[in-house]
Amino acid sequence: MDIDNKSIKPYGDTLNDGSMQLSFTLPLPKGAHSTEVARRFVAQMGMNEVEVVLSNDIGEGFTFFVVYAKTSQTIDSTQVHVQEIVSKKWSREVCNEKIDEYFHRKVTVVGACIGEDAHTVGIDAIMNMKGYNGHYGLERYKGFKAINLGAQVTPEILLKKAVELNADAILVSQIVTQRDIHIQNLTEFVELADTSGIRKNTILIAGGPRIDNGLALELGYDAGFGRGSFADDVASYIIQELHRRLTGA
Amino acid sequence: MSGLNLSKDKITELRILADDITSQISPLIKSHTTVTVERSVLRLMGLDGVDNDDVPLPNVLVNHLSGELKNGVALKTASAMLHYRLSINELAEKISNKEIDITGDLKTSTSEALDFLNEIVEQQLETILQVRSDRESMISSLGEGSMPWQYVIVATGNIHEDVIQARAAALKGADIIAVIRTTGQSLLDYIPYGITTEGFGGTYATQANFKLMRSALDEVSKECGRYIRLVNYASGLCMPEIVVMGAFERLDMMLNDSMYGILFRDINPVRTFIDQYFSRMINAVSGMIINTGEDNYLTTADAIEGAHTVLASDLINESFAKAAGLKPWQMGLGHAFEINPDIQDGFLMELSQALMLREIFPLSPLKYMPPTKFMSGDIFKGYIMNALFNLVGVWSNQGIQLLGMLTEAMHTPFLHDRYLALENSKYVMNNARHIGESFTVNPDGPVALRARNVIDETLEFLRTVKDEGLLESITDGKFADISRTVEGGKGLSGVIKKSDHYLNPFAKVMADNLKISEEASKWI
Repeated sequence: MDIDNKSIKPYGDTLNDGSMQLSFTLPLPKGAHSTEVARRFVAQMGMNEVEVVLSNDIGEGFTFFVVYAKTSQTIDSTQVHVQEIVSKKWSREVCNEKIDEYFHRKVTVVGACIGEDAHTVGIDAIMNMKGYNGHYGLERYKGFKAINLGAQVTPEILLKKAVELNADAILVSQIVTQRDIHIQNLTEFVELADTSGIRKNTILIAGGPRIDNGLALELGYDAGFGRGSFADDVASYIIQELHRRLTGA
Repeated sequence: MSGLNLSKDKITELRILADDITSQISPLIKSHTTVTVERSVLRLMGLDGVDNDDVPLPNVLVNHLSGELKNGVALKTASAMLHYRLSINELAEKISNKEIDITGDLKTSTSEALDFLNEIVEQQLETILQVRSDRESMISSLGEGSMPWQYVIVATGNIHEDVIQARAAALKGADIIAVIRTTGQSLLDYIPYGITTEGFGGTYATQANFKLMRSALDEVSKECGRYIRLVNYASGLCMPEIVVMGAFERLDMMLNDSMYGILFRDINPVRTFIDQYFSRMINAVSGMIINTGEDNYLTTADAIEGAHTVLASDLINESFAKAAGLKPWQMGLGHAFEINPDIQDGFLMELSQALMLREIFPLSPLKYMPPTKFMSGDIFKGYIMNALFNLVGVWSNQGIQLLGMLTEAMHTPFLHDRYLALENSKYVMNNARHIGESFTVNPDGPVALRARNVIDETLEFLRTVKDEGLLESITDGKFADISRTVEGGKGLSGVIKKSDHYLNPFAKVMADNLKISEEASKWI
């Protein structure tokens, strides 16, 4: 197969067919008219051979569509760069060994879900003993002193606790993202941290299902962990980044 | 029979243990009141509205009487209403404007005030009973969906938008609409006022929002030819006040767990236990069904290892509910489908748990929560997981089936996510409607063995909790691996020791109405 990285298209059934599946709802009643509106709407997005395969009345004058179409767009993938976290992923055992080797002490991590967000699920998955999906949390690591403040913690309290414990890293979790509330909360914390003078010795990490490293960096964090990240990812990064700062590597 | 071969003696012992455990808490509940219990007494007396600074009038009055909460606010308020010849709202407004002060002695005699208070109480109770009978007559004339009832959430933050989505869901088969609360409301020590159009991850629970949604659902109930139930959340720092609003506005169900706030919202244990008792009395009188939150145990703990904590919590919730006058049909005891989908025979273990709970609580409409923890961005797999969940739901005859959304853990449901959830459930439940009566579990197979095992673990767990004490066990982290202390958590400052003259007139008449006066005397 002759893939041209400068001109990438979705693959359906053959290279460069550009096939995509879409599903969406229009605030129009089901019928020939709304089906045609849906078809033209998708065509306007630069799609060809638009096929509306399903239109269902979902109540109150709304119609749900499933559409197949072929895009005319291509993308030059060689021009796309992402800011990936560069740390190597280590197992819990290796993390513990490296902490001994590098620091001769425990690494302190303080974490919380800040603002009004009441969800502890993210921070618990990374920090609590049990962890998530077979990946034990930081509390289970010999090398870490992990303090999970839970949810609905104010930025001030999280920072105060981190200063008090001389934390090596702070984990800020955000689950609720409606109206970009997570951006506001994360920004508020960074601004507070900036004025406190802890940035030099403390790693700031943002986490949550709608957060990625790029967003975290943009907001002023040192790193961001999104969906599919586990405690070992976060632990490996913290150890390597701390070590880098210590050795100036 | 399911074929699980559960031991009747063990089930009896489980219930005795649960009653022993909850009765440890009764002296604490009997000897204390809380600011929200007092505010709900005022709301029951008819107080509503906010002052010029948007402070809810029940808060104004309770703050004003902060020195006298140990006696309860009802009698003092009734005295002042007589003394100043004011309605309860006028009284609170004048107090807010600092035009009057009722903390000193008033001219009204105690017996006059008591008579007046009893009149109010009787009349207000009548109102609540009328709301209850309105619900009953609507259900008998319109009919209702067959169980498992299809429960979906709306959560736009804007009550007007919620109404559109709720109507659409009802038209497509939903039996129950839950309006999710905005994140953080559980920690407000007051109830916001009026119609609201902004929220995060949900919509404010206000009485005006309740009214608006109930009237929209009444309308769509008539269009659909079946009664559509409305749910909200009586948890957090204003538990009983939310129930009062629900009782007036004909909500049909309330999330109302005896320990959820303690464990998962870090609300003070004493505060929560007191608040849940009075909340549940109001729920009982108004004919609402409570929903308990056992699914939360499994979002922190592993669903296989933690299965017995779900059963234990169901039993404790049942025992507290019984003490507050709720009947089994009003107990939507919770559990969840949260086993890691990669595990071999995970489905069988889910089925085992669901059949076991059905057999232990035969008269209660069990509330079954869908997968959330292992929902990923793979919406296609999520849709299948929800189908298996629905199969267990119809197989084990659950009462209240919270439909899983394929986009769970990504965003609040899109309009068509809810539609797809209803389609999934309708397909599975219709296709397998009589599966429960078609198959009996092999009594020596993995499903039955697992259920018996969970019962044994629960027995052992509850014995330890009983010996150690419920509050001590909570401190010890026995529930959900979370430790909470009696002095810790939010809302402790709102707990007040009662004086010998304490009076909550509603608790007494409600106990009479529920015919639990003798039992209730241990609790109130």
